[in-house]
Amino acid sequence: MRIAVLSGKGGTGKTLVSVNLAATAKMSIYIDCDVEEPNGYLFFKPEDVQEEAISVKIPKVDNELCNGCRKCIGFCKFNALAYIKDKLIVFDEVCHSCSGCVMLCPEKALSEKEKIIGRVQKGTSDQVAVYTGILNVGEASGIPVIKKLLVENKLKADKHTFIDCPPGSACTVIESIKDADYCILVAEPTLFGVHNLNMVYELVRLFGKQYGVILNKCLEEENPAEKFCLEKNIKILGRIPFDTELGTLNSNAEIAVRKSEKYLDMFSLLLEAVTREV
Amino acid sequence: MKIAIPVDEKDMGTKVCVSFGRTPYFLIYDTETKKSTFLDNSAAASAGGAGIKAAQTIADNEINALLTPRCGENASGLLKDAGIRIFKTINVQAQDNIDDFIAGKLSLLNEIHAGFHGHGGN
Ligand code: SF4
Ligand code: SF4
Repeated sequence: MRIAVLSGKGGTGKTLVSVNLAATAKMSIYIDCDVEEPNGYLFFKPEDVQEEAISVKIPKVDNELCNGCRKCIGFCKFNALAYIKDKLIVFDEVCHSCSGCVMLCPEKALSEKEKIIGRVQKGTSDQVAVYTGILNVGEASGIPVIKKLLVENKLKADKHTFIDCPPGSACTVIESIKDADYCILVAEPTLFGVHNLNMVYELVRLFGKQYGVILNKCLEEENPAEKFCLEKNIKILGRIPFDTELGTLNSNAEIAVRKSEKYLDMFSLLLEAVTREV
Repeated sequence: MKIAIPVDEKDMGTKVCVSFGRTPYFLIYDTETKKSTFLDNSAAASAGGAGIKAAQTIADNEINALLTPRCGENASGLLKDAGIRIFKTINVQAQDNIDDFIAGKLSLLNEIHAGFHGHGGN
């Protein structure tokens, strides 16, 4: 079962939820797809880490062959190419590696070269297999790194797999939830939290995913995110109270369920609620 | 010499546009003929790399100087390669910048921002 954890913005508790659910499930897989700012590994502190570089293909020009027809420039919808002073220039970090320009160049002036854009790491933490994707700073797209992470784990669908998605609703999030069986939306109890929740709510509906909400940082007072769920008839999987002990464990990059029975009980109930849904 | 300014409207009373890559138009002013023309910026609606495309447009139009409030790294590199000098605008109105440029009051733009690579950059 593949469970994606989403939130409309960073700092909502997405990593707290995915890390603790994966640790509660014990024999599980945790995949950090937040490739621009992965932090799940800080909690798991995985051992026996293996690393693999991820590269993409970037066009390379032979200016001897290029006649300046600019067909490639017209084609590139990312504007990664320019022709200045009789020379074609490729902006590597703007290129999205679609290979289109290479295929259409009538002079065969473009060929492909490999360029490393990031890496994936795999390690273990107790019985959890921890996968992390890391995108190098300034790269155009994290999609190739995310693809690698998810393709690698496609066959192991018998274990509980938790996918820690990038924040927001950009194309990297879509890539991360594509093959998920279920989506958990993490929401904060503020009006701004409702706005963020609505973003991911619309996304999972658009992709026809099953979903439910975990309300994080809950206080006694009125919770706008809860109200939103009730109005829209969205399943509430559970509530995580606002709690300084949990906050401290989390900010010290500790996995709460490995530190205290109380939290293990709480996340076990959440995990049960999720598995019941799928 | 021909100078270009990113502008909001196709009108001599126009203001300077804050974005080079995503400006709707360029005002082109020829200091010899004292004639002005407007150029549509086809990069305005680009998903990314708008600055690169806009710089290409400027280079293709044989411009000698660009007057702009800001300019990204990729675009400024291309403009430099094309031998186009970039000056920083100091006025809100496009016309005032032209006058100040001719009077030698504008200085070269030296803070170049790194741009917003990937999504919606200029
Ligand atoms: S399509 Fe080929 S020949 Fe034409 S400008 Fe691009 S690289 Fe040069
Ligand atoms: S490979 Fe695709 S994105 Fe990259 S420069 Fe060529 S056309 Fe543009």
